[in-house]
Amino acid sequence: MKTVLKTEKIDKSFHDPVDFQVLKDISFEVKGGEFLSMIGKSGSGKSTLLYILSTMDTEYSGQLHIDGQLVTGLPIDSLAEIRNEKIGFVFQFHYLLPEFTCLQNVMIPALKLGKYSEEEIENKAFEKLKILGLEDQALKSANKLSGGQQQRVAIARALINDPCIIMGDEPTGNLDSKNSGIVFDIFQNLTREFGQTIIAVTHDEDFAHRSDRIIEMKDGNILAH
Amino acid sequence: MNINNKIAKTYIFSNKKLTAVGVLGVLLGMSVYIFMNCLMVGFDRTSNTTVFKNTAHIRVYKDDEISKPLIKDSIAPYLIINPKIVPKINTIINPKKILQILKNDENVVIATPQVNTNVFYNNGKSQISGTAIGIIPEEANNMFDIKSTLVEGHFDHLIHNPNGIIIGSGVAEKMNLTTGDNINLTSSKGINRTLKIIGIFKTNNYNIDKIKSYINMPLAQQILKEGNTYITDINVQVADPEAVEPIAAHLTELTGYNAESWQKSNETIVAAGRMRKIIISFVSFTILLIAGFGIYNILNMTVSQKINDIAILKAMGFKGNDVVRIFVTQAVSIGFMGVIGGVAMATVVITLLKKVYIGGDIGYFPINYESTKYLQGIVIGLVITFFAGYIPAKKAANVDPVEILRK
Ligand SMILES: Nc1ncnc2c1ncn2[C@@H]1O[C@H](COP(=O)(O)OP(=O)(O)OP(=O)(O)O)[C@@H](O)[C@H]1O
Ligand SMILES: [Mg+2]
Repeated sequence: MKTVLKTEKIDKSFHDPVDFQVLKDISFEVKGGEFLSMIGKSGSGKSTLLYILSTMDTEYSGQLHIDGQLVTGLPIDSLAEIRNEKIGFVFQFHYLLPEFTCLQNVMIPALKLGKYSEEEIENKAFEKLKILGLEDQALKSANKLSGGQQQRVAIARALINDPCIIMGDEPTGNLDSKNSGIVFDIFQNLTREFGQTIIAVTHDEDFAHRSDRIIEMKDGNILAH
Repeated sequence: MNINNKIAKTYIFSNKKLTAVGVLGVLLGMSVYIFMNCLMVGFDRTSNTTVFKNTAHIRVYKDDEISKPLIKDSIAPYLIINPKIVPKINTIINPKKILQILKNDENVVIATPQVNTNVFYNNGKSQISGTAIGIIPEEANNMFDIKSTLVEGHFDHLIHNPNGIIIGSGVAEKMNLTTGDNINLTSSKGINRTLKIIGIFKTNNYNIDKIKSYINMPLAQQILKEGNTYITDINVQVADPEAVEPIAAHLTELTGYNAESWQKSNETIVAAGRMRKIIISFVSFTILLIAGFGIYNILNMTVSQKINDIAILKAMGFKGNDVVRIFVTQAVSIGFMGVIGGVAMATVVITLLKKVYIGGDIGYFPINYESTKYLQGIVIGLVITFFAGYIPAKKAANVDPVEILRK
């Protein structure tokens, strides 16, 4: 399988309030179709690493390759394009745009990409919602949905541009065990059936152990692959 | 529709109250701006019309001269200890030629000679001193629109009656005269003439009405015991009275006589007009600016409310410019709605005011739809809303999504 994401010797420090190295010499690879969980104690640097992987955080040393391309040092507008096209996000607090319908929320990244016509995008978005069992919620305003439903809409939105990688920072952190189970099943399904690559930060032991691979972090280092 | 515009539109309509407040602010600012500026143009126009009923755009005349030494001496500049005005005749020498020069100038629309004579009006025992202006009736009327000030009689009769006179209403009142009566005139040279009153004029300036009268130019020359080349002033009209200064300077050079612009001879009125302009411009611009602050506030509020949206949009690949566009579109849309409403409202107010009768020689309220002021207001309004939106939008564009999302 081809390498979708690769880091080489990533270091990162915070200087405020005190100098503090949060990531030390992070090097690893993620292959296409892998379902990877990232675990570790609170404060070990998981979120920090994930934001670097997502290209949103550019203040680090070392190198980051996404889909075979070196993205370290690219101008921020190019990074925005890469995020739009190749990365899908799912956050702990679902983060939908509350004033838009579910369908519109799912469509937004695709409309931004502008690769397909609006009609095609709408059909596609509807399809993604269907995969997540939300077709009857499509025209509801996003803020009218339950937390679990919103998280599934966020997953549909992450899928809309058929990204290389889906990244999630505690995507189930805010959900009860039933909804966590649903989200996990969806992720697993995506990797098994569609060959989707997923990197998910989690505190949920069960979630991590059922995934394909675990990376454990401690004090800014990777402990085990 | 572009996705940025779509998001902007959603923000506009999802908080209707905020949008309405912004629109209303611009609407009021805009209508006050257009209204006040149209009013200013109207005032200026009335004020100028009044001035031009008595003053030519440019008056060419021979100025009095102070006596000067014949030879300039650097050591003793003044051989004359007590310089005085030279008692020379203040008349234009060779007026035909000067008139021709003036008429040939491309800027000059009308040039007409005039003879000012100081006279006494006599009727029985009453006597008033005044000024009789010797004119070429048709040309003078073209320039000063004397006909419109006539309250009695017919101006055209002056052309055919060499011994006719049109007197001011003040003179008529004091001497109890009406059209058709006779009036006796005594000039400074002691010449006495009895003239027939063929009309009475009334300007809005009583000081003029009680001394001034119009007679034919040859008559004025006669009562001054002068020949037909005696001319005291040449009045010049140009196309644009606002741009008269450089032309006046040019004519001074061209003729060798003093060419004085109306602005110089009416400095008080010009200064008052300038002050009015400054105040109205300042106040109306400030009002528009306040409307801009309204939009700025609303946008700032929206940006703070939507900070999560902004972070998520940036995480999904929206660039800084996209974010700027979203919020600027929102601001400009609010501004645009306000501008349209403001234009409509200003038009309504002007339409209503135009119908208000003031009276006097002003007549109806002096306001009109001034397209330049409309355009100026629209442009300034939109520019202000653009910047009122741009500043918060720029702030939104610089939001670091990591900082927001990790909370
Ligand atoms: N902006 C910042 N400035 C200074 N220190 C920071 C900043 N962001 C994070 N840190 C520090 O970096 C360390 C790693 O934080 P990070 O959020 O990556 O941890 P985490 O592994 O995601 O923890 P959790 O499981 O609680 O989410 C923490 O000690 C944190 O205090
Ligand atoms: Mg974290």
